[in-house]
Amino acid sequence: MSNSNLKQILADGAWRQNTGLVVLLGLCPLLAVTNTLINGLALGLATMLTLMVSNLSVSVMRKLLKPEIRIPAFVLIIASVVTVIELLMHAFFYDLFRVLGIFIPLIVTNCAIIGRAEAFASRNNPLASVVDGFATGLGFCITLVALGALRELTGHGTLLSGAAMLVGDWGQYLTLTLIPGHPGFLLAILPPGAFFCLALLIAARNALEANKAPLPKQPVTTPT
Amino acid sequence: MSPALPPVIRSSFLLGIIALLGTALLAAVNALTHERIIEQEKHRVLQQLNEIVPTTSFNNDLLADKIEIRDETFFRHPAAVTVYRARMDGQAVAVMMIVNTPDGYNGNIRLLAGINAAGTVLGVRVVSHRETPGLGDPIEIEKSDWIRRFTNKSLHDPGPNGWAVKKDGGQFDQFTGATISPRAVVKAVHNTLLYFEANQQLLFNKPTQSPKQNE
Repeated sequence: MSNSNLKQILADGAWRQNTGLVVLLGLCPLLAVTNTLINGLALGLATMLTLMVSNLSVSVMRKLLKPEIRIPAFVLIIASVVTVIELLMHAFFYDLFRVLGIFIPLIVTNCAIIGRAEAFASRNNPLASVVDGFATGLGFCITLVALGALRELTGHGTLLSGAAMLVGDWGQYLTLTLIPGHPGFLLAILPPGAFFCLALLIAARNALEANKAPLPKQPVTTPT
Repeated sequence: MSPALPPVIRSSFLLGIIALLGTALLAAVNALTHERIIEQEKHRVLQQLNEIVPTTSFNNDLLADKIEIRDETFFRHPAAVTVYRARMDGQAVAVMMIVNTPDGYNGNIRLLAGINAAGTVLGVRVVSHRETPGLGDPIEIEKSDWIRRFTNKSLHDPGPNGWAVKKDGGQFDQFTGATISPRAVVKAVHNTLLYFEANQQLLFNKPTQSPKQNE
């Protein structure tokens, strides 16, 4: 596995085939938990970890997994990994666990994860699979953070509120009040705001891509 | 694994092994985190309770001195009300009641209300709710100090008519754009006080259900 190949995997997962912005997989958690940056970051990290571990396990076992038991095996592996992460969060990041609640077990149903297991990890060596899991997770995490930041900023006028849940007590000093006395913009915090903000992010990404020199294999979704 | 085995057996065997490995992993992690999770839950409840009743005012094991009561006529909700009792050298100091009210804008609001032996509110906190963010959620202590207004109130202060939001002629402020959430909380606290007045003896004297280990 050459370096340029791994770079390619990284770029694909994090940007070119970004789960949230291009492939549009895993939208349920993406839209539901991103009312603050920290929530988005936490779910993003949990998803990234899941992807890396599940990709690694699937890749290690790929020679044994015959097509007919492939899917149940993937589901078993992913569900085990997610449950372990859930237990660990419950034990060590209790406040965060209370906020993210149901969305941690729901990582199992994030089709991006089974998608990567099927499309990548079951056909590639463990190293490449872990890198792919990292890259895809990173892309998803970046999208969650960007969406969370956008919604928190427009909705509350702050950034990084609730950081204490992730890093401990000193995290409360991290909260930035960028718009003091912001009256609160309800729409941004409610679910419809999540759709609007995601649409803005997708548009921004497409605009960025359109300005670059056109690449032949670019799967840019054209606005209709 | 012998290649002579028929594929079906081989596959099922493999799937079984994966399931077994997954289960073993989960059992191990569960065993490792179980204690800590219970600790965390306890810590969280205790933290909330201590915000209302200072640790110096009682010396019993607050979390162990717990009963459950049900009274739909007072609480208008079928769920059990959890009551923790704070005592100093066996003397009743206060009760901490976790009550539900169905009157929220978006369903249940769960409240923790502390009432001292004299029937005065020590403090109220919202444990969980689903009110609209930005409109109804100032009932949370993290969002505004509105909930502190109940502290030191009792059935005599304000009188029966005062236990309502200002819009309904009472003493308590509503929020801009949200009357239902504060109204539900005011009513629930009032009902809890009424229940306390009618059942004070029972609240303090009912024995704990000892065989059930509480978490």
